Amino acid sequence: MTAAAAGAARGGVAGRLSDLLWRRPSVLLALLLGPPLLWLGLVYLGSLGALLVQSFFSIDEFSGVIDRTPTLRTWGELLRPANLDIIARTVLMAALVTGASVVVAFPIAYYAARYARGRWKAAFYLGVMLPLWSSYLVKVYAWKLILAKEGIVGWGFESVGLGWLLEAFLSVPGIGGNSLSVSPTGTFLVFVHVWLPFMILPIQAALERVPGSLVEASADLGASPGRTFRHVLWPLALPGVVAGSIFTFSLTLGDYIIPQIIGTSARFIGLAVYQYQGTAGNVPLAAAFAVVPIAVMGLYLWGAKRMGAFDAM
Amino acid sequence: MSQPTRARRFFRGASALAGLSLIAAPAARAQMTEVGEGEGALSIVAWAGYVERGETDPAFDWVTGFEAATGCLVEVKTANTSDEMVALMNEGGFDLVTASGDASLRLIAGERVQPVNVDLIPSWAKVDDRLKDAPWHTVDGVHYGVPYMWGPNVLMYSTEVFPEAPTSWNVVFEAMDLPDGQPNAGRVQAYDGPIHIADAAQYLMAHKPELGIADPYELNEEQYAAALELLRGQRKLVGRYWHDAFIQIDDFKNEGMAASGSWPFMVNLLRADGAPVASTIPEEGATGWADTTMLHVDSEHPNCAYKFFEHQLASNLQSDLAVWFGANPSVPEACTDGRGMLTPEVCHANGFDDFDRIRFWRTPVADCSQGEDACVPYYRWVSDYIGVIGGR
Repeated sequence: MTAAAAGAARGGVAGRLSDLLWRRPSVLLALLLGPPLLWLGLVYLGSLGALLVQSFFSIDEFSGVIDRTPTLRTWGELLRPANLDIIARTVLMAALVTGASVVVAFPIAYYAARYARGRWKAAFYLGVMLPLWSSYLVKVYAWKLILAKEGIVGWGFESVGLGWLLEAFLSVPGIGGNSLSVSPTGTFLVFVHVWLPFMILPIQAALERVPGSLVEASADLGASPGRTFRHVLWPLALPGVVAGSIFTFSLTLGDYIIPQIIGTSARFIGLAVYQYQGTAGNVPLAAAFAVVPIAVMGLYLWGAKRMGAFDAM
Repeated sequence: MSQPTRARRFFRGASALAGLSLIAAPAARAQMTEVGEGEGALSIVAWAGYVERGETDPAFDWVTGFEAATGCLVEVKTANTSDEMVALMNEGGFDLVTASGDASLRLIAGERVQPVNVDLIPSWAKVDDRLKDAPWHTVDGVHYGVPYMWGPNVLMYSTEVFPEAPTSWNVVFEAMDLPDGQPNAGRVQAYDGPIHIADAAQYLMAHKPELGIADPYELNEEQYAAALELLRGQRKLVGRYWHDAFIQIDDFKNEGMAASGSWPFMVNLLRADGAPVASTIPEEGATGWADTTMLHVDSEHPNCAYKFFEHQLASNLQSDLAVWFGANPSVPEACTDGRGMLTPEVCHANGFDDFDRIRFWRTPVADCSQGEDACVPYYRWVSDYIGVIGGR
């Protein structure tokens, strides 16, 4: 009687379920992976797909009603000069912001990774992370005040007698304006500030994995510090730099708040999508615009992968 | 007072796309013949800050009194754009909507709202005669709504730069030296919404009569091109376009701004803060907005809705909302009878006496009074204005 019971399955629903999962690991895997895949597949990719499909619709010129016959007309509209301006402006800004972020972030990350110890290290982490804890909008509005004509930067230049220098800079067409806060330079500065932590942290992580002995060996072999940097430190830190640049680049590409508040009011991609979709009801063109950052980031990630950026992640 | 106008900000008139010409006069649907007991609930689609129950600022409350008196519990769905309002009403499930002139006719054309029997609203007689039959809520003599609030887009200027109020919008459209001897470049602003093209067209009505513009919302290709040309010149003068009331307030405080199109709301806030600004409606006139509450065709709480129609005209709403928003009441008495915080001075400051000089926002459509497909439709206003701001 007892022998007969021993080989039988355990009773109860929970018991049977447990047996099933044990015997068939694929079921367990499906249960664990299912919800996130559904989320990613349906909610994320699904809505993205729905958006992209919209870009093949067009807007009726007479009534403004969306015409759902597939057409490439909207894509043609995207190639109008005013829209190409927006794309070029955004990509250029993203590239400049990324470049500047690397230049600013590298020394900070280097110090944090190689020299800061104990409490200092904690303080560094905190210092880098702290801006992320305050509201993004608060930071942007604060910058608007700092860069205003009657703000602290202008005042500082005036009080050391360099007001003419700022004026001269602001009169340069293309980068200047009536004040820093209404100039493209202002937009650039705020972007760099707001995205900087996303650059520092990956570079720091990459640098921490570079053994100190490599740098010492390079020096022992007679390399100047500049040469060590070029041939040892930089190549080893590059995956971190690329990882950081993915953040700064894509964040700048999609942002629609900063260009609204700081700068010349000239549109960036995010702002254009927002306006076409929200106020113009021109969803097809907004969708076509939304594809641009996806395409640009696709290219960027492909290049980054070739550079081995994801090996370090 | 941070939220009320924010959402409203840039989208006010900016919405889009109704083929107004497509309005085939809808057959008048059955309208209410009597107002019975309230159904205990009322849901309103409204601009942010339009239906306040004292939660943003305890001094501004025109809902709790209504609920106590009628037993209709008010639920508000905030909408940010006219498009959203139309979409929500199309979806259904709401009773009232505070629609602007660029949404109201679409709702009527789409038969989403029902005619309003004004005989059931005791205070209807007190509605401003100028609004009673306004074309944005009255079609073929049938009323589809009750006027709520209206306001002008005024010219705000710094009193330090202008000892006398500027008499023309040219200070923001043409390069010139202002009375303080400095050029206006970099010291003026313009509205960051395509509907601003109408302001340019209105300016051209007065200064280039040969274009023959009769209505700034109905522009043919030639008139439209002239308006864009004017705006391209303006781009060289404008450092930053304004889209958010609070950013403009900040710019007038910190960026040395001299003049800009604006709303009484910002003028009032700046003046309350002691800033040296004032506003005027120049000789060319001004654009403006006018909102109407409309009743959904399938409303489940029509009795409560009619009680709200009466409430909106008779209570402190007209008075306190006008103060809160820098707008004008649709009931002229509200300016003087002390039912709320509104005073004749505030009404004057908000432009109450300038009704006739205001051309209210409407959605530009292709088929206009100049002929079928004769006018430039709104969606092109949007893309071209983006181009102008981008320096094209």
